[in-house]
Amino acid sequence: MAFDYDKWIRPGKLPHIWCPGCGHGIVMKGLIRAFETLQLKKENTALVSGIGCASRLPGYIDCCTLHTAHGRAAAFATGVKMAKPEMDVILVGGDGDGTAIGGNHFIHACRRNIDMTYIIINNYIYGMTGGQFSPCTPTGHKASTTPYGNPDPGFDIAKLAIGAGATFVARGTAYHANQIDKLIVEAIQHKGFSVVEILDDCPTTYGRRNKFKSVIEMMNRLKEVTVPVKAAEKMSAEQLQGKVLTGVLYKEVKPDYTSEYAKVIERAQAAK
Amino acid sequence: MSKKVAFLQGNEAAAQGALYAGCNFFGGYPITPSTEVAEVMSIELPKVGGKFIQMEDEIGAMAAILGAALAGSKVLTSTSGPGLSLKQELIGYGCIAEIPCVVYNVMRGGPSTGMPTGPSQSDVMSAKWGTHGDHPAICLTPASVQETYEEVIRAFNLSEKYRTPVFVMPDEIVAHMRERVVFPEPGDIEIFERITPTVAPDKYKPYDTSFGDVPPLAAFGSGYKFHVTGLNKAQDGFPTTKAELVQAEEERQVRKVDANVDDIVQFEEYLLDDADIVVVAYGSTSRSARFAVNIAREQGIKAGLFRIKTFWPFPDKQIKALAAKVRGFVIPEMNLGMCSLELERNAQGKAPVLGIFRVDGEPINPDQILEKIKEVK
Repeated sequence: MAFDYDKWIRPGKLPHIWCPGCGHGIVMKGLIRAFETLQLKKENTALVSGIGCASRLPGYIDCCTLHTAHGRAAAFATGVKMAKPEMDVILVGGDGDGTAIGGNHFIHACRRNIDMTYIIINNYIYGMTGGQFSPCTPTGHKASTTPYGNPDPGFDIAKLAIGAGATFVARGTAYHANQIDKLIVEAIQHKGFSVVEILDDCPTTYGRRNKFKSVIEMMNRLKEVTVPVKAAEKMSAEQLQGKVLTGVLYKEVKPDYTSEYAKVIERAQAAK
Repeated sequence: MSKKVAFLQGNEAAAQGALYAGCNFFGGYPITPSTEVAEVMSIELPKVGGKFIQMEDEIGAMAAILGAALAGSKVLTSTSGPGLSLKQELIGYGCIAEIPCVVYNVMRGGPSTGMPTGPSQSDVMSAKWGTHGDHPAICLTPASVQETYEEVIRAFNLSEKYRTPVFVMPDEIVAHMRERVVFPEPGDIEIFERITPTVAPDKYKPYDTSFGDVPPLAAFGSGYKFHVTGLNKAQDGFPTTKAELVQAEEERQVRKVDANVDDIVQFEEYLLDDADIVVVAYGSTSRSARFAVNIAREQGIKAGLFRIKTFWPFPDKQIKALAAKVRGFVIPEMNLGMCSLELERNAQGKAPVLGIFRVDGEPINPDQILEKIKEVK
């Protein structure tokens, strides 16, 4: 029997705003499969986003959804989770939203190890505003504001998350659709701050400026440049040159923030 | 039974007032001269099972309280000038998404870093015009430590009642001076609790105007699922660009406050019955003004004081009525003329407005005000 995605889609809210060839819909389907696998309760699930193409995703999902301001998803979500630690809080957004204007909130959510899952869809570009370079646009690539090639070095989101203290970090791609839900399931099950970066394409504002001839070519590139972390163990440094690892990249058991704050409450009440 | 009393600083009283009002979530970022509020809340909130979080920046603190408010908490943040500038982005979010919250802003010298430990009254316009777009504004300007305590409680009540952010803006003098505070007993001051939906979850719309201009607000995690956005939205909470829906929603948000000014606007009239010169003042400056009015009376000058407690919405009606019968207004304020613009707008040329404006970090003393009173022709 085909998987019933409609169960999690808000009636009347489709079609979505994403362009033909955009992989965000693939990620959304992966997210829905993950929610269904975990049997999350809609009333107990908060899906929080910032601003941008990826941040429009919560509007389509039938649960408690919060479409905040640009870059602020992690900070709003921190308030929701602190107020109601029993809720499942999942964040979704793009690379520009999460690592540029929202970079400070992102690293501090990692540092606190607050028990939420942040799905960052990285399409290397500000898509909604028409293709300006983001902190993830590769050096030398073209965007509407880097007409002579991008002089900036890009972020490695996974390394940033690990460095900042996230205790579960994974990476997938829109090409590897069947892996997305598995990574998200593991991330949500992890107690602590988990980050899932999903590499994606943006044929409209990134692909056409960087000589990708088709969506298929962009998707194939996601396959070509990535190596599963397990396979990478058997590869030489030379073979791994220019490759991006996928799968669960980092996992660590550490106290999570709301559990630690519960202890603060206990200490304060004991001292009263 | 004797009332509980304490000798408190304005900021400490603000925190105590918030706790009386039922505040159970504080999100903040350290900033002079408001930090004591955060410090007291970090001690007191966990004792009552509430949550305190120090965020990574001012915007994050504002975001956290809005998130917590949507999850059903009564929320407070405290800040000062530079922090207020940063928070403005999400104060606008609170206005359009109609999320109750209290923003306690201690006014210090500005712009920018300005004079962090010096008093000012130069943020009052920021309360109304600071965030972009049309939106309602409620701002309270207490003049004593006791009043700071009580106005913070009133701010919580107003924010819950009208489902909108409310500012409390003491100047640094009020925030840091110490006075006797008499605490009310539980029940002495009415606490307004948020109106939550009575309809079944599948019928709920977060901006349903069939209940009036202030729609009931459900909490995340309470059985209701709904969408919240900073985009212009329809009654179901989802974004819309339909002209008639956007216009109606924007007008309703402003009307929530505009149509209820008599419920919101509070002021004090001192020796106004026969006054022909009216000193209009707010915050600590009103204390010097009262002193000056008393001296003027001793000297046979018919001066009075109109003390603004609610700066926004501005007491338009009261000032207009006074303008029709007095010789002039005197307005002392620790800025280069902000309230005076509102007085001129309302006086409509019927009475002159004489300002005393100081931005040097020193309080305005009664002598200066008395001198200005005598200048009124």
